[in-house]
Amino acid sequence: MAGRSPGLSTGAPVVGVLALQGDFREHIAVLDSLGADARPIRRPEELAEVAGLVIPGGESTVMDKLARAFGLADPLKAAISSGMPVYGTCAGLIMIADRVLDAIAGQQSLGGLDISVRRNAFGSQLDSFETDLDIPALGAPPVHAVFIRAPIVEEAGAGVRTLASLSDGRVVAVEQGNLLGTSFHPEMTGDTRFHEYFLAKVRSA
Amino acid sequence: MAIVLRKQRGIREAIVSNTESTASINPNELGSSRVKRGLAEMLKGGVIMDVVTAEQARIAEDAGAVAVMALERVPADIRSQGGVARMSDPDLIDSIIAEVSIPVMAKARIGHFVEAQVLQALKVDYIDESEVLSPADYVNHIDKWPFTVPFVCGATNLGEALRRINEGAAMIRSKGEAGTGDVSEATKHIRTIRSEIAALSAKSHDELYVAAKELQAPYELVLEIARTGKLPVVLFTAGGVATPADAALMMQLGADGVFVGSGIFKSGDPAKRAAAIVKATTFFDDPAVIAETSRGLGEAMVGINVADLAAPHRLSERGW
Repeated sequence: MAGRSPGLSTGAPVVGVLALQGDFREHIAVLDSLGADARPIRRPEELAEVAGLVIPGGESTVMDKLARAFGLADPLKAAISSGMPVYGTCAGLIMIADRVLDAIAGQQSLGGLDISVRRNAFGSQLDSFETDLDIPALGAPPVHAVFIRAPIVEEAGAGVRTLASLSDGRVVAVEQGNLLGTSFHPEMTGDTRFHEYFLAKVRSA
Repeated sequence: MAIVLRKQRGIREAIVSNTESTASINPNELGSSRVKRGLAEMLKGGVIMDVVTAEQARIAEDAGAVAVMALERVPADIRSQGGVARMSDPDLIDSIIAEVSIPVMAKARIGHFVEAQVLQALKVDYIDESEVLSPADYVNHIDKWPFTVPFVCGATNLGEALRRINEGAAMIRSKGEAGTGDVSEATKHIRTIRSEIAALSAKSHDELYVAAKELQAPYELVLEIARTGKLPVVLFTAGGVATPADAALMMQLGADGVFVGSGIFKSGDPAKRAAAIVKATTFFDDPAVIAETSRGLGEAMVGINVADLAAPHRLSERGW
C-alpha cells in the first residue's frame, strides 16, 4: 500500500468510518452501496489510508474518550485541518463542532466546524422523532430525517452554510468547506443523498 | 385507535426491510419503531452499566459507559438478599437522570405494565422488562407497542427473542445469569440465538412454517430472519460479564454490545474496571489491547458458579 495516494488507487474513493462505537456498520453499508471502498477506522494507521471520513451516530462522550485513549484524536484533528472531507451524523456532528454545549466535564471535540452544538437538545428518548425536511441543496423530494436524542446547531460562524432547519428555525444540517454535519441519521432511512453529497466532496478534494 | 394503528405499523415495520420508503409517515412522529430501535443502534459497540446511586452513574459516564441502568440493588445483591425485587424508587431514578447526560435505562418487572407507565412518566430513555426483578405476571409480558419509550427484553433463545419483538421490544439482550460473574450462561444464550438464526437462514421456504411452530414465534418474523440472517433489532448480551476478556468474548461471539451488572461496582476498582471493559468492547478483536486493559484491575467480583445454583434461583428461567 505504501506510496499510493489514498483513495485514488482503484477509482473507488477510499473512505473511513470511525468505528470506536455507534452505528458505523450502517454507514459502511451505505457508502459501499454507492461504490466507495468504506473501511472501519479505529487506529491512526488506518486513518492514514483514507481520503474521507464519516463519524457515525453513537455516544459522543464515549467516542471522545476512546479517540484520546488510543491516540486517534490528534491525527483526526490533523486530518480535519488538512482539509480531509468529514461527515458527522448526530454524535459525529458533536465531534466536529468547535464548541459543545451541555458537554460532560472534560469532554473534548475534534473541532473544525465553526458552530456551537447542543447535546440532547430535544430532551429524553421520548422526544426523539421522525420528520420530513426540505433541503434545497439536495433537491426534491424532502429528506426523511430520524432524530434520536439529537443535537442542534445553536450558533454558527459566518463561514458556515445552513443546509436544513426544522419548521421552528432550529438548524439541523450544516456545511463548511469539506465538513458536513447533520443532527439526524441518513444512514438509517435508505435515502443516500447526504452520503452522495459527501462522496462528491471526497472525489473533488 | 392510536394504539391499534401503532401496533399494526410496528408489526409491518418488523416485517419489511428498514430501507423501505416511509414517505407516508406524518411530520414529527414520536415513538415510531424506527426511533425506538434507532436508539439501540446508537448504543452498539458500547457498554451499559448497572448503577445504584448518582455517584456510580457519574463514575460510569466518566469511564465511557454508553448508557446506565438505574436500579436499587445490583443483581448480586438481589440474589444474596432475596425477597421481592421491584422497580426502583422514582427519586433514585430522578437523581441518576439529573446526574448524567448519557441515556438512562430502568427495570420494570415482567408483565408489570404500570411500573412501565411510571418509568415512562419519569422520562427514562429505555425500559428493561427484566427477569432480574420478580415477575409480576407469570403468563403475559408487557404489551410494549402502546408505549412511546422503547423496551429491551431478555432472551435465552431465538423463539423467546422473537416473541418479545412481536410484543414490541426494540432491543434484545441475551439473559445470561445475572449477579453471578459466571459468563457461561451468557455464552450459551448468545451462541444459541446466533446458531438458531443461522439454522433458519439455511432452511428452504417450505420448512419455515414448521420452524415458526417449533420456535413458537410468528411466521412473519421467522420469514424475515431467514431472509436477512439477523434480528430486526440490536442484540446485546448480559448476565455474568465481569472482565474485559468476558466483554470481548461476547463481542467476538457476535453481540452488538454488552450489559455489565454487578461486575463493575462489586469489584475492587470500579472506575478502572469500567474503563477497561469499555476499551475491550471496542477492541474486542485485538488481544494486545485486551491484555493491556486487563492489567492491574484489582479484584474482580466474587463469583458464583451457575452450576452451583439450584434451578429455582436461576433468573434466566424467568420469562418465556
